Amino acid sequence: MSVNRTYDPHHKWEPRLPPKSGEGGRTSAMIASLAAEGYETVSAPFGHALVAEARRNHRIVGLTADLAKYTDLHVFAEAFPDRFYQMGMAEQVMISAAAGLAREGFMPFATTYAVFASRRAYDFIAMAIAEEYLPVKIVCALPGLTTGYGPSHQATEDMAIFRGLPNLTIIDPCDAVDVAEAVPAIAAHEGPVYMRLLRGKVPSVIRRHCPDYKFELGKAKLLRDGTDALIIASGFMTMRALDAAVELEGQGISAAVLHCPTIKPLDTGTIIAEARRAGRLVVTAENHTCVGGLGEAVAATLLSNGATPTFRMISLPDQFLDAGALPTLHERYGISTKSMVQKIRSWL
Amino acid sequence: MTSQSPAVQLSNTSLARRAWEIRRKAVRMGEVQGQGYVGQALGIADVLAVSYFHALTYRRQVPEWEGRDRFLLSIGHYAIALYAALIEAGILPEQELETYGTDDSRLPMSGMASYTPGMEITGGSLGQGLGIGVGMALGLKAKKNPAFVYNLMSDGELGEGSTWEAAMSAAHHKLGNLICLVDFNDQQADGKSTEMLCSEPLGAKWTAFGWHVQRVDGNDIPALVAAFDAARALEEAMPRVIICDTLMCKGVPFLEQRDVTHFVRVEADEWQKALAALDANRPD
Ligand SMILES: Cc1ncc(C[n+]2csc(CCOP(=O)(O)OP(=O)(O)O)c2C)c(N)n1
Ligand SMILES: [Mg+2]
Repeated sequence: MSVNRTYDPHHKWEPRLPPKSGEGGRTSAMIASLAAEGYETVSAPFGHALVAEARRNHRIVGLTADLAKYTDLHVFAEAFPDRFYQMGMAEQVMISAAAGLAREGFMPFATTYAVFASRRAYDFIAMAIAEEYLPVKIVCALPGLTTGYGPSHQATEDMAIFRGLPNLTIIDPCDAVDVAEAVPAIAAHEGPVYMRLLRGKVPSVIRRHCPDYKFELGKAKLLRDGTDALIIASGFMTMRALDAAVELEGQGISAAVLHCPTIKPLDTGTIIAEARRAGRLVVTAENHTCVGGLGEAVAATLLSNGATPTFRMISLPDQFLDAGALPTLHERYGISTKSMVQKIRSWL
Repeated sequence: MTSQSPAVQLSNTSLARRAWEIRRKAVRMGEVQGQGYVGQALGIADVLAVSYFHALTYRRQVPEWEGRDRFLLSIGHYAIALYAALIEAGILPEQELETYGTDDSRLPMSGMASYTPGMEITGGSLGQGLGIGVGMALGLKAKKNPAFVYNLMSDGELGEGSTWEAAMSAAHHKLGNLICLVDFNDQQADGKSTEMLCSEPLGAKWTAFGWHVQRVDGNDIPALVAAFDAARALEEAMPRVIICDTLMCKGVPFLEQRDVTHFVRVEADEWQKALAALDANRPD
């Protein structure tokens, strides 16, 4: 079923009655959880990592716009009530105030949902923080398609928006280890950072495939080698890529996975070197629109450097997405493991 | 202005019954999902009953009828409450209630204009409704259409700067056809509004911005009727706000007592208890 997605005052409405047989549709949980994917989970990795870092780094303060509980910042608020500022639902002043705190020598970690930082507070981030190169860390839950709530909460274009901003470092972590290790890394970086956050019960994925893995700011890491395809992925799509690679292996296809959690600046050296290895299909995989994210960044890097492997992108379509249950939507828009396996097979 | 005759005329007792029906339908939708913003729906039911069964002009068969009063749900997450009112008003069929929040339903968890008849705007990114209301009120004036624009917003939205840009704009443009309803339930995602970003003294703020201000108990139907009537009858060319102090989860005592009511946790066996609590006080 498709929904009438543009405003049309003369639209004829058709009722959508519940299915007759007892089989109800799936439901759209507000706070999406990737915990159902079968991996072990860690609770609130960002909150706990920030508390640990703040014990060492006394410049750190936390701010939120009425979303402490939903960005795991409540863990920090409980540990350091005097270093926590509840700004109310006012994303613009939260960002401006974070800039002001940074001007006074503090290192603010400011949290909200990715849609509200990228859309509502953008100008404030651009001028007060990025242009001044201030050490403000903007950490945002519900990146890409991680809620079934519809376009008001689906930040499908946040990386595109922020990639256009000079000075800003952009992180798209895959799992609980990435999130936790990114915190000290971005605190050690003097400039402004935008980090996509996985919150609540966050799967711990990468170390299960790759026990020596460590997050390093600005570095892409080869998690798994392979001869038929190279999947360059970020965010939870690295989890999908690892799962897809295991499944493809069972079908006789050997896929490498290069995890690229720093979207900007991109680790162009590693990406070019890996893509130049002959005979492999190169596939990018991101939880983001096909416009302006990891895929286009990698494509531009490769073409500009004379690397021209067969190249395909797995990403969300350039449209406002439906509301619905997350597994339904991941399937519908082609970012489930199953559809990843199908696509890669069809491209080889 | 009072010459506008609402499509449905009912007595105060019937309004209480309408509010009860809205509460009941919202709880039933919550049960479908096992979750939902039922606290808000229970709290705002009386305001919606007075809106849809006393104040608003609309045609249930033609939700886009040009002569209708526009009712904007700025707070997308209150959709469950508006769906209940739209079902009660006959704009949506009652069976559809069972599809609430499920895949491809017309009743998504956050209200969107392209999904649901009677849902005028896509709210949910909070703090946008009042500005859209300013534009609609300007447009109606330009078209010499006597309809009113109602914008239902929350106390949380008082934190957004956009709300106050719109408030100033509405007064500057003398928008006597704009009525803003503020659900003051003293609750937001992280806690109590007054403890997080206090908007008091709220009436004085709106007055200073050039609005006609009333503040009422938003769960007192006769008081709401009087406030809506006064807002519609006012002669002055100025926008009107009715600040409605409401109680989250109103009508279901065991939920009223819960601490966290923004996204109130209701156990599987509690939905029926909530319905029973409502049924124990069914108005005539
Ligand atoms: C611009 C924006 N910022 C943040 C949010 C996330 N959010 C959803 S509901 C909510 C609480 C807002 O307060 P209010 O509407 O008064 O909450 P309620 O009374 O329903 O508890 C927040 C912060 C949002 N939807 N839009
Ligand atoms: Mg509120």
